[in-house]
Amino acid sequence: MISGSFAFYRPHTIAEAVAMLATHGDAARLVAGGHSLIPMMKLRMAMPDHLIDVGGIADLKGIKRDGSDWLIGALTTQAELIADQALAAGLPVLRETALQIADPQVRNCGTLGGNIANGDPGNDMPAVMLCLNARFEVTGPGGKRSIPARGFYHGAYVTSLAQDEIVTAVRIAALPPGSAAAYEKLKRKVGDYATAAAAVALGLQDGKINFCSIALTNLAPTPLWAEAAGQALIGRAPGAESFALAGRLAEEITDPSSDARGPAAYRTKMGGVMVRRALARAALAAKT
Amino acid sequence: MKKSPVSMTINGQPVEELVEPRTLLIHFLREQLNLTGAHIGCETSHCGACTIDLDGKSVKSCTIFTLQAEGAHIRTIEGMAAADGTLHALQEAFREKHGLQCGYCTPGMILRAWRLLQENPDPTDAEIRFGIAGNLCRCTGYQNIVAAIKHAAILMAGAQQKEAAE
Ligand SMILES: Cc1cc2nc3c(=O)[nH]c(=O)nc-3n(C[C@H](O)[C@H](O)[C@H](O)COP(=O)(O)OP(=O)(O)OC[C@H]3O[C@@H](n4cnc5c(N)ncnc54)[C@H](O)[C@@H]3O)c2cc1C
Ligand code: FES
Ligand code: FES
Repeated sequence: MISGSFAFYRPHTIAEAVAMLATHGDAARLVAGGHSLIPMMKLRMAMPDHLIDVGGIADLKGIKRDGSDWLIGALTTQAELIADQALAAGLPVLRETALQIADPQVRNCGTLGGNIANGDPGNDMPAVMLCLNARFEVTGPGGKRSIPARGFYHGAYVTSLAQDEIVTAVRIAALPPGSAAAYEKLKRKVGDYATAAAAVALGLQDGKINFCSIALTNLAPTPLWAEAAGQALIGRAPGAESFALAGRLAEEITDPSSDARGPAAYRTKMGGVMVRRALARAALAAKT
Repeated sequence: MKKSPVSMTINGQPVEELVEPRTLLIHFLREQLNLTGAHIGCETSHCGACTIDLDGKSVKSCTIFTLQAEGAHIRTIEGMAAADGTLHALQEAFREKHGLQCGYCTPGMILRAWRLLQENPDPTDAEIRFGIAGNLCRCTGYQNIVAAIKHAAILMAGAQQKEAAE
């Protein structure tokens, strides 16, 4: 399988890459790890005339703290997310999610920026970003802006990112004390996209849930932030009854397709199960 | 499309060539350099038969454009045995433990196992299985591949001890 022809560029700065995108317009595409784009190019579902490889831009790399926020460069690979010890200690849900993505070789190439910018509802990181209320730091010809993840996804492969913009980093606020996050994914085998998956973050105070955020992967054309399901748990005691309620409310907003992963009704139900399991695990971690 | 120059180091040898930008690394290795050890099993990024080592990481060479590997240090199965033909411990162990049947997945398995053992010289069965999750084998049922990698770990640790003693 051979892709269409294209001209290849390897800029070394963000500004150079943005200028190239601006020059070539819709005929240009960025490539980072290439593990979503190259398969699509082989199938000729993507046929850019100009391919701009951001792999050589040092400013897109690195995992840093900015105050209490985490600032993670767009080019950080899934393998680097897994290996980073500070991140594993401070925000372990990213490592946990990255470990659920594909296999070692794919994780060595696939980047966080590519995973969130791709817009495929099967990608796992977007739901985590909705759950944690992340912001995407973006640079375009007009300068920088910061886009909330909640509101970034409009349809399959349709996002708020303009054609000439680059995601440079992801900003995630540290979770408040007494809270924890978890990601639960049902898949048929290694390397499979989710049949259904849920990202949750939950906080406890005096034995009651004082904060809860829930998001879903691959249960609609976009990742979903299940705002009402999270809100419904505020003030309740953590436990099977609360988690089942959140699972039911989350199921209500899903709109999955029936495909090889199962009929829509099954995938919706599994969405509820993933929410329940993730909440139970997060509640346990929040307590300890 | 006009060809572009590309240079990299493959199995210790410097390589300078001209390629069409859309040339995948696996096609460059197999068709342009005649390094046919890395195989094409699926071409859809799933099977791992095309696995090589690129700048210290296992990657699927069917999902990388050659130009993305500019300046890279690459190792393929052709770079595993010694110049005099002595097999690498991993190759020896795959033979010894029947870690292959048709052999189609073997070049990718060995390159992946080699990197795994660089990172974790004494892996458990579970760590091996997790580490080779991106490499499919239709023949062996994996049991003997896991056994071969464990055996290679022992051979490699022994060789290191011997070296240290000398
Ligand atoms: C076998 C296999 C299994 C997989 N399984 C999973 C899975 O279970 N879960 C999952 O989430 N993913 C999975 N993936 C996809 C993988 O995680 C991709 O690597 C990831 O989705 C995209 O990251 P990338 O760096 O490879 O992006 P690329 O493929 O390089 O790019 C993807 C898209 O994002 C754009 N883009 C990339 N970087 C930027 C940037 N900095 N700014 C703006 N736009 C950008 C590109 O233009 C392109 O449109 C799988 C892939 C394979 C091959
Ligand atoms: S040929 Fe590359 S993964 Fe199968
Ligand atoms: S030995 Fe035949 S595919 Fe592995």
